Amino acid sequence: MSALFQDRRAVLLLGLLAILALAPLAAGDYLLSILITVLLQAYLGMSWNVMMGFAGQFSLGHALYVGLGAYAGGALFVHYGTPPWIGAIAGMAVSAAVGAVIGTLGFRFKVMGVYFALLTIAFAEFTRVLFDHWGWVGASSGLFLPPAPNNSPDNLWLLRGSTTMFYYVILGMTAAAFWFSRALLMRRIGYYWQAIREDQDAADALGIDVFRNKMIAVLISAAMTSLGGVFLAFFNNNLYPESIFSMHRSIELMLGTIIGGIGTLFGPILGAVVLTALGELLTELGAHIGIDGVKQIAYGICLMLILVLKPGGLWPWLRKLLRLEGDGR
Amino acid sequence: MLDVRDLDLFYGDAQALDGVSLQVAEGEVVAIIGANGAGKTSLIRAIAGMKKPARGTITFDGHDITGRVSSIICDLGVAQVAEGRQIFPSMSVAENLEMGAVLPRARTKRKETLERCYEMFPKLKVRSDQAAGTLSGGEQQMLAIGRCLMGQPRLMMFDEPSLGLAPAVVGEMFKIIKELHAQGMTVILVEQNVSASLKLADRGYVLENGRVVLSGTGAGLLNDDGVRQAYLGL
Repeated sequence: MSALFQDRRAVLLLGLLAILALAPLAAGDYLLSILITVLLQAYLGMSWNVMMGFAGQFSLGHALYVGLGAYAGGALFVHYGTPPWIGAIAGMAVSAAVGAVIGTLGFRFKVMGVYFALLTIAFAEFTRVLFDHWGWVGASSGLFLPPAPNNSPDNLWLLRGSTTMFYYVILGMTAAAFWFSRALLMRRIGYYWQAIREDQDAADALGIDVFRNKMIAVLISAAMTSLGGVFLAFFNNNLYPESIFSMHRSIELMLGTIIGGIGTLFGPILGAVVLTALGELLTELGAHIGIDGVKQIAYGICLMLILVLKPGGLWPWLRKLLRLEGDGR
Repeated sequence: MLDVRDLDLFYGDAQALDGVSLQVAEGEVVAIIGANGAGKTSLIRAIAGMKKPARGTITFDGHDITGRVSSIICDLGVAQVAEGRQIFPSMSVAENLEMGAVLPRARTKRKETLERCYEMFPKLKVRSDQAAGTLSGGEQQMLAIGRCLMGQPRLMMFDEPSLGLAPAVVGEMFKIIKELHAQGMTVILVEQNVSASLKLADRGYVLENGRVVLSGTGAGLLNDDGVRQAYLGL
């Protein structure tokens, strides 16, 4: 365990971080905004991974927490000028509370697997409908964050500023999420989650508090995800219930982690890189060929190929290839 | 030590236990025999706190543990080696054993208990860093027993420990239970292997359709005509 990040993994990680930290020196705004997309996807994937990958609880409605965070941060800023980091606390609290309701319903009444996933979708959907009709947050016509005046300096506290600033913020968030995930796995709770994931009955029989530990996973995952939502709101400056709470977002959010390797630490990052690179590449290709829908079809085929050839995700396979020793994480 | 009285337990509408009463004294090995679906596993799950009974009481060492959560019951010293072993396949052998000692009472002594486990099962020590899923069936069963011991139990319940094991390993299994008994462990043994378990047991209960239909000493049941006909094919 203690050897988890000794040697080559640590080198790889620090190298990656150094390259990413220096990227704005070389990259233009376009490339930076792509990198932001990658990092946000990685961040959200890690957040989902805590619940699904670590604790084995399938959520198909994580857009719910993205939306709650985004709206909490955005609406408080628009109405009261509340700084996003304060708004984020509200967003994380609300998300954790809603997660607690879903978790209680699911875990107390033994709603498991697919049925639990359906429960998470239901909550995301009716929250979307609620926001669609809630005037204070702009209802279905959307909520718009006032942009910073031109040429004003970056304001990290209010999250108003350049693409470069947003890039560093999401880089910091992703690095923190990685470190946090790793810390969780190395602690006792990481083992409890693994036990619950592999055999819930056995974990219960050994005296592990299954309900409590699953609940902690939900609360952490919901709060982390909603912080990503706050970032999204301030980066995009516009929020529509239809897009932020959409099923599409929930699926997109977990896709990177599935491709990269559920339950692994590097999986969400690798998955986000691969998916975004694939998307960009196929967009180029589609533009050359000039037939509508080619991109989507090719994208789908690529995802299927990856899942058929490497069902555990790309990272476990790559890890073996690079001879990075580890305990399977 | 353990006193079960008038236990009723349901799965939906299906009644799994119907007024089951049994007693286990400290240091005893008690066998529970019966056909598939007679309620043996349900009884163990009820005692372990994994399934709430509809009626009746379970008392352990003077504590009423009826319907309490499993962590409390475990902490009092009641542990089970579940059917099908239920090890954590992707954890190492050592990690699996550690998971047996999650409760505060056991955690403080886990180093010594681990040594004792390795003494009892030297094979586990050799394979301590190996993923548990790669062990043979017999080794997995040893691991499940070791993990159970890590919780410092005073009453161990075995649910079909010989299920799916090679005949040679089954013998080893019963030897281990005998050894635990000799060390003073109280044991409830649910087994398909009726003759071996009754030979080992001080006393036994026969379950049929969720009811106790017969009870007595191990030797007495072994010589009972009904038991011989129904379970030993004699």
